[in-house]
Amino acid sequence: MRRNGGKALSQKVLMKGNEAIGEAAIRAGCLNYFAYPITPQSEIAEYLSRRMPEVGGVFLQGESEVAVSYMMFGAAACGARIFTTSSSPGISLMSEGISYIAGAQCPAVFVNIMRGGPGLGGILPSQADYFQATKGGGHGDYRLLVMAPASVQEAVEMVMQAFPLAEKYRNPVMILGDGLIGQMMEPVQFPDHLKTEPSNKDDWATNGMDTRKSTKRNLVKTLYLDPDALNQHNLTLKAKYDRMKQQEVRYRPYNLDSEYRVLIVSYGTMSRVCRTAIDNLKEEGFEAGMIRPQTLFPFPEKAIDEAASKPSCKRVFSIEMSMGQMVEDVERSVRGKRPVLFYGKCGGEVPTPEEIMDVVRSGNHSA
Amino acid sequence: MAYQHHIDSDRCKGCGLCVAVCPKSVLEISKELNKKGYYPAVQARPQDCIFCSTCCIMCPDVAITITKSKGDTPQ
Amino acid sequence: MAKTYQRPQALSEEHTHYCPGCTHGVIHRLIAEVIDELGIRGRTVGIAPVGCAVLAYNYFTFDFQEAAHGRAPAMATGIKRVRPDLIVFTYQGDGDLASIGMGEIIHAANRGEKFTTIFVNNAVYGMTGGQMAPTTMPNQRTTTSPLGRDVGQCGMPIKMAELLSSLMTPGYITRQTVIRPKYIVKAKKAIRAAFTYQMENRCFSFVELVSTCPTNWGMTPLEAVKWAEEVMLPYYRLGDFKTPV
Repeated sequence: MRRNGGKALSQKVLMKGNEAIGEAAIRAGCLNYFAYPITPQSEIAEYLSRRMPEVGGVFLQGESEVAVSYMMFGAAACGARIFTTSSSPGISLMSEGISYIAGAQCPAVFVNIMRGGPGLGGILPSQADYFQATKGGGHGDYRLLVMAPASVQEAVEMVMQAFPLAEKYRNPVMILGDGLIGQMMEPVQFPDHLKTEPSNKDDWATNGMDTRKSTKRNLVKTLYLDPDALNQHNLTLKAKYDRMKQQEVRYRPYNLDSEYRVLIVSYGTMSRVCRTAIDNLKEEGFEAGMIRPQTLFPFPEKAIDEAASKPSCKRVFSIEMSMGQMVEDVERSVRGKRPVLFYGKCGGEVPTPEEIMDVVRSGNHSA
Repeated sequence: MAYQHHIDSDRCKGCGLCVAVCPKSVLEISKELNKKGYYPAVQARPQDCIFCSTCCIMCPDVAITITKSKGDTPQ
Repeated sequence: MAKTYQRPQALSEEHTHYCPGCTHGVIHRLIAEVIDELGIRGRTVGIAPVGCAVLAYNYFTFDFQEAAHGRAPAMATGIKRVRPDLIVFTYQGDGDLASIGMGEIIHAANRGEKFTTIFVNNAVYGMTGGQMAPTTMPNQRTTTSPLGRDVGQCGMPIKMAELLSSLMTPGYITRQTVIRPKYIVKAKKAIRAAFTYQMENRCFSFVELVSTCPTNWGMTPLEAVKWAEEVMLPYYRLGDFKTPV
């Protein structure tokens, strides 16, 4: 079907998002992939089924997303770099496993190429898993470090950054993409400097006492029957999430130097449409600015608060391909200083720049 | 060389399986409680013990050990 | 005729939480003895289930992972694929393996994943208080079959060793029991064979062990042994169902 036959991709190449994501993991030094097919991301598994053997890596199609999430857990717990990809309903199935992996403090990378929901939903892009990724999905007090790329190049970079981040925090990291990013082809360059060596995991991984040359065994578990022990454990986890909030917030401002009347908050594919809308509005003499969160957890609360506080700014719009999920975090960030409105659409039809321009000019938001 | 048969009474849960499988009827359930509140197994007739280790094979709690010492009198 | 006997190194000093007469203790001990004899403690990783043996990791002195209910074969797959040099075993009960975990065990066995599964079949869900299991015998009373298992509603008990041996992928599939010393000796041989196959990187290995649950059967340990002999063994036949060629 495609390509380069696995030769060095050090120049710019035109690549389908899904395949670039698969290649990015390999470039990051992750040679283990377990997955289950689901539209619109099956191409990642198809690409890696050929590519992993080429680089001496492990590829396994599991029997279900549930099984895959636990293959991830077993492999992560014995110290290997591991990643998987899926789409919304599959991520629901993996959510229990994600809770376990977070509770056990193992590093792992998950990629969600979002599609319409709920239930079987549709196969076109959506951004309706924001709550699932940032607020839970699985049970218990855990958080994921969530990154949202807005281009194939950014997806590649975020995938490569995800592995050292997962190891730094001993926590799962999620890349929240969507069907458009997965399916479209864009120029990509794989940044060698983002390749990192796996961290030393002998402190905690069940990689065999002989491997560690130790007589002390390691135990990976999530059960803490003693209430005090479980409380302590949760405090340990929370401390990590607080550190993430301090150190890992990333976002991109757009047109914030202008005297913008409206602040848009938008991520991923949707943000690209908003950028075009902002550019078009500027030509008409209407200034709008945007904050594009690159991390959805931790959320750029401070940046949004500051941007909304600009005297010229009259209102804030959260624009998403959903019925309104990130808008709640935007409201929380703005803290009542400005009205926060929402515009969005489900079903997979991406709103056009003209639609956004209308909404922003008139303030006609979704209910 | 002498063999020693030892029951860790505080580990024993008094399940009685060793008593049932001993080929020489050496073992019985004691009438005295151990620290956990069980009536542990004891050697009622230690002189009949042939150290076959069948009780060790049966015991779910590894409460029974048999050791060999260089002394000449068995316990 | 006289023999010595000591606690195996692979078993910890912890007093177990298992009930008096529970055969989990016997099985744990056999696994530990085999691991000691084969000299593999330094590269073994055990995977504990959800069930009475959820705390199994407290009783062994080597690396252990705790799985979600039923998912141990998937975790074992993950480990073996990334670290084929590690010796991996799952330890699972009726609910874990034959109910919620049915998909995972069949697929791992069918892929021929080279780990060992120890399946403790005591015809009931122990930890949660004695509910019916897929392996519960016809007419057996449990807390969710108070009038006895009605096979018209719930079907017949599942014979896991036979089911897995119907797969075309080679493997070592055996059923033994630990209810009497003569059987325990054979069970240990089977466990040793299973781990040896894994060390040789030959195949998936599965050792089903007919076991007792005195507490939830409402019997003394000795009565439970007799019930297992009279009711379970005629149905759950002992023997090797598949050996690798």
